[in-house]
Amino acid sequence: MTFFLIASLIKILAVFTVIMVGVALLTLAERRICAWMQDRLGPNRVGPQGLLQPAADGLKNIFKEETYPAQADKTLFVLAPAVSFIPALLTFAVIPFAAPLPTPWGQVSMVVADLPVGFLYILAISSLGVYGIVLAGWSSNNKYALLGGLRASAQMISYEIAMGMSTVAVLLLAGNVTLSQIIARQQDSLWFVLPLGLAFFIFIVAAFAETNRLPFDLPEAEGELIAGYHTEYSAMKFSMFYIAEYSNMVTASALMVTLFFGGWDIPFTNWDTTGPAEVLKTLATLAVFGFKTICFLFLYIWVRWTLPRFRYDQLMALGWKVMLPLALVYLTILATAIWILHTRLGWAYEARFAWALAGLNAGLAVVLFWFLDRGRLVSGSVETGSA
Amino acid sequence: MSKRTVEVELATPGLGARGQPARVPLGVAADQTVEEPEAGAEHLLMNLGPQHPATHGVLRLVVELDGETVVRVIPHVGYLHSGFEKLGEYRHYNQIIPLTDRTDYLSPMANNVGVAMAAERLMGIEITPRCTVLRVIACEMSRIISHMVWLGTTSIDLGAFTPFLWAFQERERIYNLQEMWTGARLTTSLTRVGGLMADIPDGFVEALRHFTSTFPNTLHEIDRVLTRNAVWAGRTQGVGVLTADEAINYSLSGPMLRASGVPYDVRKDKPYLEYETYDFDVPVGEHGDVYDRYLVRLEECHQSNRILEQALDRLPEGPINVDDPRVILPPKSRAMNDMEAMIYHFKQVMEGVKAPVGEAYVGIENPKGELGNYFVSDGTAKPVRWRIRPPAFINLASISKMAEGHLLSDLIAINASVDIVMGEVDR
Repeated sequence: MTFFLIASLIKILAVFTVIMVGVALLTLAERRICAWMQDRLGPNRVGPQGLLQPAADGLKNIFKEETYPAQADKTLFVLAPAVSFIPALLTFAVIPFAAPLPTPWGQVSMVVADLPVGFLYILAISSLGVYGIVLAGWSSNNKYALLGGLRASAQMISYEIAMGMSTVAVLLLAGNVTLSQIIARQQDSLWFVLPLGLAFFIFIVAAFAETNRLPFDLPEAEGELIAGYHTEYSAMKFSMFYIAEYSNMVTASALMVTLFFGGWDIPFTNWDTTGPAEVLKTLATLAVFGFKTICFLFLYIWVRWTLPRFRYDQLMALGWKVMLPLALVYLTILATAIWILHTRLGWAYEARFAWALAGLNAGLAVVLFWFLDRGRLVSGSVETGSA
Repeated sequence: MSKRTVEVELATPGLGARGQPARVPLGVAADQTVEEPEAGAEHLLMNLGPQHPATHGVLRLVVELDGETVVRVIPHVGYLHSGFEKLGEYRHYNQIIPLTDRTDYLSPMANNVGVAMAAERLMGIEITPRCTVLRVIACEMSRIISHMVWLGTTSIDLGAFTPFLWAFQERERIYNLQEMWTGARLTTSLTRVGGLMADIPDGFVEALRHFTSTFPNTLHEIDRVLTRNAVWAGRTQGVGVLTADEAINYSLSGPMLRASGVPYDVRKDKPYLEYETYDFDVPVGEHGDVYDRYLVRLEECHQSNRILEQALDRLPEGPINVDDPRVILPPKSRAMNDMEAMIYHFKQVMEGVKAPVGEAYVGIENPKGELGNYFVSDGTAKPVRWRIRPPAFINLASISKMAEGHLLSDLIAINASVDIVMGEVDR
């Protein structure tokens, strides 16, 4: 028991530190990568390759003046950044990030809390983040902030549904909501991205919307709402929103890795999953997990600096009229396929099963992207015949 | 600390109950006879600007919102009013030229050309062949940089940041050329009545040729990123539609007018600077929406590039200034050594170039539309009245019509599509 407590404390501290440092580096990475895409240099003055830039920014934000709008609801105004910041960090607690670590006192699983309701916990906690944004928008007593907050609440609630639906597919295959079990299932056969390709597609779109990143960054929409819900925030309170956004990105990326890309599984080998636990295995799987997460973070940044922003009604239409029906239809087809394969044909879940589903997904993807042609999904707010 | 309340009447000119002109307060339906569609719903008055990222300077839009739907937009202008036209009445014709750098500050060289041509028409001066071609080069370079800024800022307004920097890189290259030619990047003051302030320097032709050969690459890149982008098309297609009739009734000009399907281009229809001898096309839109305005401007960049190439090919040798000592300052060396030249120098500097009694209007195709310069002369060296027909100001007037019924985000796209420069709108 004592060992469990100590190990958990160490893990909490380690995860917290890694996320905070990672978020800091991520802000730098974003600026450097976008600079690279735009033929610029980006911040490279503070420290080698600008590595100390986040520290400098942090210091600057700590020393800046905290301003309060005259008519703001002060309690909520101060509370809002914390409300958005805390869930962003909490969600990472259930994500396993490496193979178990052997220690002289016993084996330590590399997850802060291996909750049996792991995935439901993530859905529950991540939807709390929207409170921070709505409260920030409302308490600022600013019309831009209010619009930003309203947009955020509508957007996050809409896409939460599509996100939840797409993960039901994962749960159908895994038969479990514990994330470590989901990873184990993928290690046995295929990564879920193949048998559940479309679910991954829905999930990644919803994840972009959930984290308020371009092309779904309407709550901030700097061209329209100045800075949206955090227009009136300054100094560290603004930083908290910033950190929350980036830690949400990290969590969403880690989640995509866990649900669809095998978590910490090293591909094309069984060395990491079979045999006794070793320190080397823990380190190698940690590195693989980190690499996969970074790939998704890069995707986030890549998309952000490439695409324009959706409009509010297009966003809602995409969420309710495309993503949700798509997820429902997909779920029906998938459940039927699983029922046929499992119950009628009596296949156990293994590589053959997974490949059959992968074939089904490829077929569905062709149908989806062939017939749901681009340009039909998003349109102007006023009908103009054949535009 | 005391709290002060400033009462501001938010009203707009309209018609009263009996059809007489009256001030209609904002927040009230424009037409009182029409029933409010949603009784009890509150409208939100929102103030966009004069400090706002998407108002391209100091435009102020008072927007009446129903949810996020725009019920009414009232543009407020004048925050950058500098009184250029009035200042011009106290300036010699050549001294007016620096003022035009600062009206449409995204295409200073084209403005310089416009005002010089109006003064020349007033005085009946024929410019030299070399000067004509160089002015064409100046105008088309301005068109390219102005459209690049438009493209960049519009893509930022719609959330795409990267094309902005690609476009600005090209603008930077033209700025370097302008610096080479005039010594200034923005306040070029390129023209003089009867000619130019300087001939192009050595190496300019090669530098411009390099630009024209590489510039289309950037256009293609931007084209690839935006034109068939579903989000971009979704944000711009069917947004801010103006039919050809409406566009003409609003007196629009330039890309705004052509996007609505009216093939009016001053360069083709009332040619100046021998534009009729150049081979170029006038792109015309179909739907009159923001997307067509984007396509028209993108294609105009290609056409400007074509004109630049042709102008470089035909650039004749010869003087850039007319051979008239009453209009053109003698070279400094002659003014210091030759009595007659010195007298002309003195008279021009002290008295300016006199224009005969009369009036002259010259409209040129500026990047934003038809830029008119109107001079009235009483026979002295200063105009009695100088009036600019500002294309951006006149195009801006249509924003209320275009934005009605659209969403707030569309208002931003529409406002961007007008391509305003507040320096010119407010003058």
